Amino acid sequence: MTTYTDPYASSQETTEGRVYSVTGGDWDALITEIGATKEERVVLNMGPQHPSTHGVLRLILELEGETVTETRCGIGYLHTGIEKNTEFRNWTQGVTFVTRMDYLSPIFNETAYCLGVEKLLGITNDVPERATVIRVMMMEFNRISSHMVALGTGALELGALSPMIFAFREREKVLDIFEMLSGLRMNMAYIRPGGVAQDLPEGALKKIRETVKDLRHNFKDNEKLLIGNSIWIKRTQGVGYLDLAGCTTLGITGPVLRSTGLAWDLRKAQPYCGYEDYEFDIPTTDTCDVYGRFLIRMKELEQSLRIIEQCVSKLEKLEGQPVMVADKKIAWPSQLSVGADGMGNSLNHIREIMGESMEALIHHFKLVTEGFRVPAGQVYTAIESPRGELGVNLVSDGGTRPYRVHFRDPSFNNLQSTAAMCEGGQISDVVAAVASIDPVMGGVDR
Amino acid sequence: MRKNGMFGSQGSGDTSGFGGLAKTQTTIGSTERPFGGYFDQVADDLERAYPLFNDAIEKVVVDRGELTLFIKSNRLLDVAKILRDQLRFEMCVGVNGVHYPEETNRELHAIYSLLSITRNQRIRLEVCVSEKDPHVPSLVEIWAGTNWHERETYDMFGIIFDNHPGLTRILMPDDWSGFPQRKDYPLGGIEIEYKGATVPAPSERRSYS
Repeated sequence: MTTYTDPYASSQETTEGRVYSVTGGDWDALITEIGATKEERVVLNMGPQHPSTHGVLRLILELEGETVTETRCGIGYLHTGIEKNTEFRNWTQGVTFVTRMDYLSPIFNETAYCLGVEKLLGITNDVPERATVIRVMMMEFNRISSHMVALGTGALELGALSPMIFAFREREKVLDIFEMLSGLRMNMAYIRPGGVAQDLPEGALKKIRETVKDLRHNFKDNEKLLIGNSIWIKRTQGVGYLDLAGCTTLGITGPVLRSTGLAWDLRKAQPYCGYEDYEFDIPTTDTCDVYGRFLIRMKELEQSLRIIEQCVSKLEKLEGQPVMVADKKIAWPSQLSVGADGMGNSLNHIREIMGESMEALIHHFKLVTEGFRVPAGQVYTAIESPRGELGVNLVSDGGTRPYRVHFRDPSFNNLQSTAAMCEGGQISDVVAAVASIDPVMGGVDR
Repeated sequence: MRKNGMFGSQGSGDTSGFGGLAKTQTTIGSTERPFGGYFDQVADDLERAYPLFNDAIEKVVVDRGELTLFIKSNRLLDVAKILRDQLRFEMCVGVNGVHYPEETNRELHAIYSLLSITRNQRIRLEVCVSEKDPHVPSLVEIWAGTNWHERETYDMFGIIFDNHPGLTRILMPDDWSGFPQRKDYPLGGIEIEYKGATVPAPSERRSYS
């Protein structure tokens, strides 16, 4: 056996005991050294840079052999101060910030924020129906792409590589739809206070219909791979147990809560964006474990497709209707459209603002640079994101910029359940349990 | 509060005429009964279950279809316990802070969003404390899920939650000084150094209204 020394792997003596740095290639040396000590208790630092902790999550595990006796999470490595930043930009610009919080569900961040701003403005009922239907459709597509990452990376972390390939293949199709509709694949800033940024391009509904058909067919690949797979079941069944009482006291929502058998989904319980007009089911399981949460996510994919199909038929009927509120004190007064060469504004638009309506140009300029005023007050809006209740607490002092924007991110809250799920289990189950929470660190740390 | 201009800008060489507009804005006061919706029911139930209701509640605000109960900080624990056990508000979905520097002795607000799955209702509790004595009882013993939310509120606003099991910073580094979400804390509050060069804080680079 050839031995080599790793410059980063070393050990040092501290007041708390001996500390080993492990980089991966030095297991033999480490085992020999640890085996020589009489200490049974090992404190293992996992992350923040670790392939199976779902981003920059740091787990501090206290071990007795293979059994985890205590778990602590260290977060904050991705703190970007988005909430503070929004206080220095106008209300519309806030969308561009909040979409970057939970980067796997940008549309949900945007929608929750915009619903809050609209509630403050008192224009909730003035948002055109076509805009609301587009929002719902985008959210459900986003739920699919987010669940695809949850399933793909979750399986990958447990050593199943193929589901990840299939999951990312399907996610790519959804991102193509996002690109077609909004111009961007992630962080679209597509949902704006008062409606959406632009109407659907030509041929969008045809493409969406084809994609839905493809997705429905291709989801079977992952179902065949994982549902009933005996290795998968052994790794996930009875692991990461958290019952209903634990969920309510910890404020857990989303698939983790639904895996206890409670069909709590804000889309049904406290409908927003007209979800009461759609037909869909809330999948639940009563196993309280990782396998149950996995099954729920798989079944939610089909429900999302059902909603998207209903959106498409609604959108066909709403063809040609506005996608932004009529109030020109909120929506931009001039009708922006891209020119024929794909660059800059269309000639018609320039002709209009320069030749016919200078007032509109001035107004537009003021609205874009300074933004609209929002009456003073405080609101809380909550929507059902792929991870649970995404709440937005907005405070306005009557100005053109938010006074306070707070996101109650489901990942942040749900990550608190790590200790309850992992303590007393095996160290390898920690990975499965954390993956079933599906935390996105961009949302956790904001 | 008096606001000038349509869009809120000052001294920008405004030529649109909108800068000449002025209007007075009123802050939201206390709401009188009936509150409307299920809010009266919640208030009645709470009054019945908690004899000291009138002493504990500073004011009730119903705005935009949401109910906010302003609670005295020394009564918060009692009210929360009754809300959970008797009014079936099983979940505290989050804690949030807001800093109002102009409200003397009530600068820091801690805001709790409560959710009842049984009743399918939401209410909000608000506790106001001063910057000098920012103590609020911790609700971790009532709803364990408030643990991290309270740590975040402490981290960002410096509100001290008494009897919290481990009130440490959660998003900022442990040795950070200052509370970033307070209004007197500038955006980009620390100097950014890049190869000896310094960059002014973003809030000092350019004025936006």
